[in-house]
Amino acid sequence: MNTAFLDAFWIILTGSLVAVTGGLLGCYLLLRRLSLIGDAISHAVLPGIAVAFLITGSLSSVPALLGAAVVGLLCTWAIETVQHRAGLQGDAAMGIVFTFLFAVGVILVSSLAGNADLDQECVLYGELAFVIFDQTVLGMPVSTAILLANLLLVAAVLTVGYRGFFLTTFDPAFARAMGFSTVAWHYVLMSLVSLTTVVSFESVGAILVVAFLVGPAAIAHLLTDRLKIMLLLSALIGVSASVGGYFLAAALNANIAGAMTVVLGAEFVGVMVVQSWRKRWRAIPPVASPT
Amino acid sequence: MLSLKELLHFLSLSEPNIRYVVFGTIMVGIASAVIGNFTFLRKRALVGDAIAHAVLPGICLAFMLQGSRTLWVLLPGAFVSGWLALLSIDWINRNSRLKPDAAIGLVLSVFFGAGVLLLTYIQQTGDGSQSGLKHFLFGQAAAILPGDLWVFGLTGLLLCGLVALFFKEFTLLSFDPDFAQAAGLPVRRLELLLSTLTVLAVVTGIQTVGVVLMAALLITPAAAARFWTDRLGAMVLLGAAFAALASVLGSFVSYQQPNMPTGPWIIVVLSGIAFLSMVFAPRRGGLARLWDKLRHTWKIREENVLKAIYHSGESLGDFTAGMHEEAVQGRRAFNPWQLRLSLWTLQRRGLLQHNASGYRLSGEGLREGARLARIHRLWELYLTEYLRLAPDHVHDDAEAMEHLITPELEAQLEAALGYPQRDPHDRDIPR
Repeated sequence: MNTAFLDAFWIILTGSLVAVTGGLLGCYLLLRRLSLIGDAISHAVLPGIAVAFLITGSLSSVPALLGAAVVGLLCTWAIETVQHRAGLQGDAAMGIVFTFLFAVGVILVSSLAGNADLDQECVLYGELAFVIFDQTVLGMPVSTAILLANLLLVAAVLTVGYRGFFLTTFDPAFARAMGFSTVAWHYVLMSLVSLTTVVSFESVGAILVVAFLVGPAAIAHLLTDRLKIMLLLSALIGVSASVGGYFLAAALNANIAGAMTVVLGAEFVGVMVVQSWRKRWRAIPPVASPT
Repeated sequence: MLSLKELLHFLSLSEPNIRYVVFGTIMVGIASAVIGNFTFLRKRALVGDAIAHAVLPGICLAFMLQGSRTLWVLLPGAFVSGWLALLSIDWINRNSRLKPDAAIGLVLSVFFGAGVLLLTYIQQTGDGSQSGLKHFLFGQAAAILPGDLWVFGLTGLLLCGLVALFFKEFTLLSFDPDFAQAAGLPVRRLELLLSTLTVLAVVTGIQTVGVVLMAALLITPAAAARFWTDRLGAMVLLGAAFAALASVLGSFVSYQQPNMPTGPWIIVVLSGIAFLSMVFAPRRGGLARLWDKLRHTWKIREENVLKAIYHSGESLGDFTAGMHEEAVQGRRAFNPWQLRLSLWTLQRRGLLQHNASGYRLSGEGLREGARLARIHRLWELYLTEYLRLAPDHVHDDAEAMEHLITPELEAQLEAALGYPQRDPHDRDIPR
């Protein structure tokens, strides 16, 4: 097999892994109206990532990943504390907490500039193309392997906890009556989101992760009312965006994650437009039959 | 590390570079803080965030078309794409089932992704003058030029001027848009103006703190100021003052440590002010509210202790008999430590006297105990008379109300019930 093809394969696979994981989690975030918490977490893990780099020099070790992910959880906790203890409205609580953590993260990153393989731009958008320069584990690049492991973990937790997530998402009161702890399930979801943002960091950066947490789920939500189909669709949409994004980026010789996001945006607009056409089509009253 | 001499030198603003940075960040900070009050009050904090992310493609396109990175060229591009983002969020909200938060997240990330795509495209074309573009991502306050100051100053003046001019209208719009509509204000046009001003503030501010932190420049000063005042005018001024203070301190840190970025430090200082306000502000701050809650709990407990002693005296027909702690516990279960504390404070307030036979009510304590029993029984009577509740259902409610009813309410109750002598349980209502 020629190497160009293989490179493309690894890049698309890695992008798809991020997109599918983001899509699955994004469905739950969207339905629980937590899409912007995903946004906040993805910004807020930056100090965790910076400290992990400071200590271990990379993000490829499990303790470093977990440590960085804890900051994401800390962020959700802090938002809730500011909101309920200090009595600040939700959107402002979120805005203050995540910008603060992000600012701390940028300060840490710039204070260790040159010491580690971490610069400001990669914070924002990462570089998927670098995945092919990784060392390999089990025949695949390390980043890809980590993302695959993360996807398996997320898929396993979502499958095992399907009932719990389903009930606490759609009918929290009933779930509580059935003995499901809404708080516990919330934090399980938040942990998965934090972990996913952290492991996706090197490929797509801390900010573009949001696109994968929101985009595929939003498109799938337009298309179906059923959770299982929505999960499946968002995974498929994620993969298609990652394929399309790769070729768009290759054509422009530009950032792959950015291109994937643009493809997602185009898909969303496409679905919206088709749906509004269909709505207009249906709105035309049937021709009255002659009597 | 931090010397007073350096601080004074910095504050003397004798170096032109320091002057540019300090004045630039102050102007941008104040303008954003002023307009941010309305963003905050209208609960649009995260829309500001979306606008900030969304200006990136506009900046890149403006650069690609014009090939220059002076603010005069880039700002219109940024302005247009910020506006487009705002319209897109609105369009998605109106035409799909997506909730506003998902719409905001989607627009934010897609616009930003498009910006990243364009930015990396420009970078690989190797145009030498593009190097400054990425300053918009993280902000580069240190790169503020004298020419930029004019832009900041003019937009700042325009913003503050318009806010001053339309202050009453914007206030009404933020607190009660329905009333504004009913009062005949051109709500749509005012909203348009307010959104335009927000985009303008974001677009000018981005160069100092970057796309991500811009939201903080809008929201954090307003949120911090909210803890100190209930008046919008004061809130605007206080927010502006916080922003100015944070700008000076943030600039100072990056002046001291040249590799430290100015923008993030401004935000860290600003967040620090906000967190301190959340905890320490009088009345609305966390400590003040905790203190209020504690005082209220203490007051209720003291009143309960006093009432227990009063009831005991009432049933004995003798208010002069002493009562030990155990006897009080026999009347009503208290936590022993809390009971001891309450007995001690009641004694200090002169409501209880302590001697070898135990605690007994002083003259004033007797009056206070009688007052509590009276309110309790009046309320029970009121519930049975007016709400037709059964006498055995009214005790718990009265138990809560006796701590809350003011002397004025008490007088009204007595008048409404015709100055009664007996309560529904056939006990005396003490005078």
